Amino acid sequence: MYLGIDIGSTSTKAALIDGKANLVAQKVVNIGTGTNGLELVLAELLHEAGLTMEDVVYTVATGYGRLLCDVADKQITEISCHAKGVSYLVSGTGTIIDIGGQDSKVIRLDPLGRVANFAMNEKCAAGTGRFLEVMGRVLGCKLDELSDLAGASTREIQISSVCTVFAESEVISQLSMGTRREDVAKGALVSIAKRVAGLCKRVGVEPKVVMTGGVALNKNMVEAMSRELKEDVQAAPYTQAVGAIGAALFAMEAAEKKENNNG
Amino acid sequence: MDDDKKLTSKDFLNQLVAKHYEGALQAKAEGKPVVWATSICPQELLETMDLATVYPENHAAAIGARKGALEFIENAEGKGYSSDNCSYARVNLGYADIQKAEAQDIPMPDLLFCCSNICNTVIKWYENLSKTLQIPLILFDMPFNHTYEVPEHSIRYMRGQIEYAIGQLEDFTKRKFDYDKFGEVMELSNATCEWWKKATDWAKVIPSPLNGFDMFNYMAMIVCMRGNADGHRLFKMWHDELEAKAKAGLGPWNSAEEQYRVMWDGIACWPHLSTTFKALKKYGINMVTSTYPDSWNVRYEKNDLSGMAKAYASNYANRNLDYDEDNVVRLVKDFSLDGIVYHSNRSCKLMDFRQYEIQRRVEAATGIPSVVFDGDQTDPRAFSEAQYETRIQALVEMMEENKEARRKG
Repeated sequence: MYLGIDIGSTSTKAALIDGKANLVAQKVVNIGTGTNGLELVLAELLHEAGLTMEDVVYTVATGYGRLLCDVADKQITEISCHAKGVSYLVSGTGTIIDIGGQDSKVIRLDPLGRVANFAMNEKCAAGTGRFLEVMGRVLGCKLDELSDLAGASTREIQISSVCTVFAESEVISQLSMGTRREDVAKGALVSIAKRVAGLCKRVGVEPKVVMTGGVALNKNMVEAMSRELKEDVQAAPYTQAVGAIGAALFAMEAAEKKENNNG
Repeated sequence: MDDDKKLTSKDFLNQLVAKHYEGALQAKAEGKPVVWATSICPQELLETMDLATVYPENHAAAIGARKGALEFIENAEGKGYSSDNCSYARVNLGYADIQKAEAQDIPMPDLLFCCSNICNTVIKWYENLSKTLQIPLILFDMPFNHTYEVPEHSIRYMRGQIEYAIGQLEDFTKRKFDYDKFGEVMELSNATCEWWKKATDWAKVIPSPLNGFDMFNYMAMIVCMRGNADGHRLFKMWHDELEAKAKAGLGPWNSAEEQYRVMWDGIACWPHLSTTFKALKKYGINMVTSTYPDSWNVRYEKNDLSGMAKAYASNYANRNLDYDEDNVVRLVKDFSLDGIVYHSNRSCKLMDFRQYEIQRRVEAATGIPSVVFDGDQTDPRAFSEAQYETRIQALVEMMEENKEARRKG
């Protein structure tokens, strides 16, 4: 068994694959680096697979917390792991949009599924999951309710501030002027989509466009992204666990390479 | 010259840095005038006039590297300078007020000497110093070159300003300008620049004998000592050491092998110099070149004032996008680069604004991978170590895939 672990800023993900690259199990817990998220996710994952750590031959860690992950044999960036994971799950992917808790990135793949170029958000929360969390708080709804709320929008309002802090006060002022919560929710999604579309244009969009990360669970977000890019955009299967699945695939390759070198 | 056998260029560099600052402080103490000047200005005029000169950009970098920048930055911001302004300017404007730095003191100026061939910010920065300190400013206005080659009218404009500045310096010092000495300084400056370029060119060898971060250190002296004998001796000495290392097949470090060769685009992240260096070295990445070797390759014939004007008008930062693209593509080939690290430096809008387009064009022309990271030359607040590390590691993964593909043919 090969284990991939993705320790993000707001969630921890793990995936197991067997020697034939079949996905055996994947799990997500919604607490990130610096917590006991890793222990929790591994316990759940191994329980579901009916396995123990003894069955794991090789482990690759990725994500923000990868360098502090003791159980890993190797660390690989989330850029390469997302490329690997998406290429495995959705063949023919040209562009990956990953919106995570504290960063967003756009990865352009070459025809062989390798990273050709990538761009990440600046040192700022604009265009990240954190922006949506802040918006959710102001609108008094959970992150997963934001999508449905936006779905009921009848009028699109513009949130022009790119700064999360300023956008928050802009939204508060909209709400106090009587703007409907649904329309503000939609405005927040469109604001992120516009921001991320800028990153997409920087690296060049190649179809298929696949979204990963927790934000891709939000259907209206995926639609907003698609409208902004004027391209079909689909959410990856196991959208939150894509990085962990990619890491598990790298673990398998690294173990095979090690075996070949030893043999 | 027996001393040369024992003295390394690094020792000599450290001695010269100390001598440079002590000399300027001493001049001030003796009642001699002190000049503050921008980094790529026609220093030949100041050297000819024997004027003690310090360079605020160098000084700000030194303060930044010794982690002392924030005090001055906060002072400048408190006076109303926006955090969007260049942090060299904010450190220096803060220093002009506080006038005391644990990292390094410099004497206050009696004359300002500013050349806008490096950016436009320096104009307002120096004008503000001039107004606040009530001292004269000699300004070389060097408009941006929108054409590929530097136009003839720009060269004539620059030459006219150099001639005018000579008169201004005569008025300021109440001494005649010595044209014979000027010729000698021109000759020496050119020879020093030639050794600087030849030294940094040794990084073309694989493995490179030069650790590119050392270049950042030596750069301080090509700014402020290229017109005198000490500077000339230093860069010749450095060159000879690198030549010997290259011929012995020695790489940049004793403790690790050079695995990847990259270019660093932009100014160093001085407050995080060690962090940025170590993250590269950890993966065997050597920064073998940047746009700096050419920035101080200021070359022209002795006594050729138009040639000198053209050399200063031709600075890389002042050239158009097509020129920049060709320049970086040439560096990729000449230095056998595996990748490029672009420092998106909050301070330097001039460099940042063209960075994405240069990245796009260079990638299309050469196929080598690159990453952009956010940072700042002296403001320690505009850098995230984890973000830097992720980008560098991603660059390694891309460079490794390319190497793997080449190995497989």
